[in-house]
Formats: sequence, structure tokens, C-alpha cells
Amino acid sequence: MSFVTVSNLRKDYGPRTIIENINVEVEEGQFISLVGASGCGKSTFLRLLLDQERPTSGTITVDGELFSGEPCQTRGIVFQRYSVFPHMTVRANIVAATAFTQGTWGWLFGNAKKQAQAEAQSTLDRIGLGHVAAQYPASLSGGMQQRLAIAQALAAKPRILLLDEPFGALDPGTKLSMHGFLEQLRVETGMTVFMVTHDLEEAFKLADRVLVFDKPKWDPDDLEKGGATITYDFDARNDGIPFQTLQENTNVFKSD
Amino acid sequence: MPTADAMRWINRKPSRVLAWVLATLPFIIVFAAYAIGSEIRLSVNPADKLLPAPSQIWETALRLLTEGDRRSGRILFWHDTAASLRRLGLGVGIAATMGLVFGMAIGLLPYMRATFATFISVLSMVPPLAILPILFIVFGLGELSKVALIVIGIGPFLIRDLWMRVTEIPTELVVKAQTLGASSWIIAMRVAGPQIMPRLLQSVRLSLGPAWLFLIASEAIAAEGGLGYRIFLVRRYLAMDVILTYVIWITLLAFLLDLLLKVLTRALFPWFGEKRA
Ligand SMILES: Nc1ncnc2c1ncn2[C@@H]1O[C@H](COP(=O)(O)OP(=O)(O)OP(=O)(O)O)[C@@H](O)[C@H]1O
Ligand SMILES: [Mg+2]
Repeated sequence: MSFVTVSNLRKDYGPRTIIENINVEVEEGQFISLVGASGCGKSTFLRLLLDQERPTSGTITVDGELFSGEPCQTRGIVFQRYSVFPHMTVRANIVAATAFTQGTWGWLFGNAKKQAQAEAQSTLDRIGLGHVAAQYPASLSGGMQQRLAIAQALAAKPRILLLDEPFGALDPGTKLSMHGFLEQLRVETGMTVFMVTHDLEEAFKLADRVLVFDKPKWDPDDLEKGGATITYDFDARNDGIPFQTLQENTNVFKSD
Repeated sequence: MPTADAMRWINRKPSRVLAWVLATLPFIIVFAAYAIGSEIRLSVNPADKLLPAPSQIWETALRLLTEGDRRSGRILFWHDTAASLRRLGLGVGIAATMGLVFGMAIGLLPYMRATFATFISVLSMVPPLAILPILFIVFGLGELSKVALIVIGIGPFLIRDLWMRVTEIPTELVVKAQTLGASSWIIAMRVAGPQIMPRLLQSVRLSLGPAWLFLIASEAIAAEGGLGYRIFLVRRYLAMDVILTYVIWITLLAFLLDLLLKVLTRALFPWFGEKRA
């Protein structure tokens, strides 16, 4: 049995079906990219994986178990915006991952606090945010904030990391260094990753599999009708070489 | 390139000095208008009481601030100020605490929302001054009824405002806290609470105006002291100089309180301003 199993998943908002007939099996440690047109339900799918919302029908199991009905520590998330706590310093944002599980009040004291702070500092040093540990996130650049958000999500040691267009607002250079950062973290933790992106190159570069969300059939009279599903499931290992091969096999690249 | 004259007015800004001059200008104009009006009336009738000369108000103010009452020897001015500020502080403090507790509870917990949302919305429609007589009957003419009026007057507003601010906290942050393992209580204490505190101070600033209104209204009707009480007492003697001194003083107090809260917000929550910079 695979690690994450999604079967016959469907989500409606009111009368509109957003996604339907989603069936996927994902092995532990796989990196999955989700691509598709804007508004086709990628973020909705992530919210269902996070258990922030409940599916209209169908099930998701992780390690054979159904969800409990609310987000939990198994699955970490990085949103495009609002991912870190603006009222906490950069270091406190990392420490929060430890402190929030503590006792009734969510504060650390004495040695536990010192230790958590030291650990947070070394994490920050490693990801190049050591020098801004005492500042508030608002004073950080977009790339730094996203690095912080990823480090914060990982500090809770999730088995699955969900990323919703995490690098969408970054310049190409920063994006590249964030890719390096993410690949390194993945090697270290071996976690399963789901990443939504609009950047196909990024999707194929980072992922083992690229899932394409699209509507299987478009009703010309009612574009809103019907939900999106997974229309392609590309093998994207070897930096997307199969993707290239596939492109070459289509008539576009055929010379004879 | 367009010259400065051709620039749109929405883009033209006064220099620092000019801004300062412009800010004082309305005060000077009002003062001058009053002085001229007073001068005209007094030249017609030297015994006129309606617009006392600025110099007379100044003398009255000095007398009020320094001389004790003939009977008790207390300086009534400071006595009134202390009494009013105590009522205001208590009323606003209690209302703010209620606003924080109920606002957070209703904003965060669907069960609380289901129970209290409609009730609070209806409650905030009750005109507070209309129930002032009830307060006097129930709580008597003492301090309690005055504090109660302030609490009833601004409490529902603060609760509704804070509850709205809580729902404005990005869902992302609340979800994020859950993925870090936080319980409901920890989310309230460490995520929603800290984010709401600067907004509480802002709401309190906005509600200070109504709070003064309710304070003075209740003091005017029944009290043994207080700024509002004194104003309505000396009204009988048409003592405009005393009334004006008190009005200026109340205005100054309100202004300083507002400033204090503003400075406090900035000092206590440095992250708050940065976010909207
Ligand atoms: N809470 C909601 N209530 C009603 N409709 C919603 C809700 N959330 C999302 N939708 C609708 O569901 C559809 C899919 O939204 P979703 O955010 O999942 O798209 P997306 O694929 O992530 O798009 P993008 O690439 O632009 O982020 C949209 O048409 C959106 O309007
Ligand atoms: Mg989206």
C-alpha cells in the first residue's frame, strides 16, 4: 500500500464541482509537482490534503489512516503569502514550532527555551538568516520570508510538506537558490512533497512526478461546468528527461 | 518635464515648516474669531456673559487651577478631574477587557459565534442613553451607574470590532499554527491574541470619544463631582468662563489620552506599523 492514497476525490463549492475523479497513489519520499490553469483547483486539492477542508466525496489516506478533520503536525504547509507570524521575530517563528506543542500556554521556559533558541539559531545560520534572527519578518525580502516559512514548517518535522506556489513571487536568481535549498532539505529529511507551481521548468526540475490538473471535457455552453481532474501523470525523474523524450516523440519534433 | 505648477494637487506636499504652520492655522483662526466676537459684544455691553474675554478666561482658569474651595479647601478642578478620569478609566478598561475576551471568543470559536453573534448585534443597537434611567434605578446614583453607562455604551462596539479584527487574521496563520501542533487555547494566546492587541488599542482610541460623551451625560444628571457635573452646575450662573475652561481641559485630556494610546501602540507592537508601511 502506498503512503498517500487519494481515491475518487471530489470537491464541490455550492453547485460548482471544482475537482472530481482524483485518484493518485504516492510513495513516501516522492516529490510531486501539481500544475494546471489558474482556478482549476490545485490549491483546493492542497487544502484537502492538509485536511483544512473536507472532500464532498472520496477519501484520502496517509499511511493507511483517514484524516481526523483538522490540520495536524503530520503535514506542514507553506503558502504563497502570510506563511510566517508577523508578530514574532524571525527566531521566535522557528522556536514556535517547538513551543506551540508545549503545555497549556505554548511558551518555553528555562533550559528548554535556551535549547530551542540555540537550535533555531543554528537552523537560521544554516539557511542564511542568522543575521536577521532578531528582526520581524516584515523587514525581510520575499525570498528570505519564504525560506523562513519553509524552515518553520520543517521545524515541526512533518512527514508531508505542502507548498502552494512558494516561489511564485521571487526573481529567477532567488528562485534558483531556493530550489537548491529545497533539494538539500529533501535529501536530509526524506519527506514527501506536494508543490503547486505555474513554472513548468521548476515543476520538472524538482519533482519525481508532475501531475497536470485540467478538465477532461469542456462544455462550450457552460465553461464552469464539470470539475478538473488529473489528466497527465508525468514521470519527471532525471530532471525531466522523460518530459523531453515525450516532447520529441510527439510529431512536433519528428523530422521524418 | 512638467513644472511644479503643472503638478497635480494630489501629488503636491507642503514642506515641514509649512505643514506646521498649516496645522496651527485653524487654531489661530478660531481663537481670533472668538476674540473678535467677544470684543464686539463686550464693547456693546461690558456686563455681557456669553463670550468672556480671553484674558478673563485665563484668569478664571488660573483661579480654578490653584485656589481651593471656600468651604472644603479642596481644589475642585483637580478633584473633578480625578473623579472623571477614574470613572472613564474604569469604564473603558472594563469595556476593553470585555471586548478582548468576547471578541476573541466569538471570532475564534464557532460555538461562541453561534450563541452570541446575533445577541451582541442586537445589544449594540440599544441606545445607551435611553437606558440611563434604568441604570440609575438599578445601580443607584453612585459611581457604579456612571461606569456601567460607559461599559454599556462602548462595550458592544468594542466586542464587535475586535471580533471582526479576529476574523480578519489571515486563515493561513491559523492553519499554520495548527500544523505546528498548537491547541485552540495556544492559538488564542500566541497567535490571535498578540495580533489583536494593537488593534484593541486602536479601537479603544476610536471609542474614547463616545466614552467621554457617556461620562459627561451621566455626570450631568447625577453626581457629586466630576468635570461634567461642574459644567452643568455652573451653567445655572451662566459662568461661561468656567465652562470654557473645563471644555478646553476636557478636550486637552482627550487629545492627550489619544496620543498616549498611539505612542503606546507603536512602542509595544513594533511589528504592527512595519507591516502596513
Ligand atoms: N471557499 C471557496 N468557496 C467557493 N469557491 C471557492 C472557494 N475556494 C476556491 N473556490 C473556487 O474554486 C476554484 C478553484 O480554486 P483554487 O484556488 O483551488 O484554484 P487554483 O488552481 O489554486 O488557482 P491558482 O493557480 O490561481 O492559484 C476557483 O474557481 C475558486 O473560485
Ligand atoms: Mg492556488
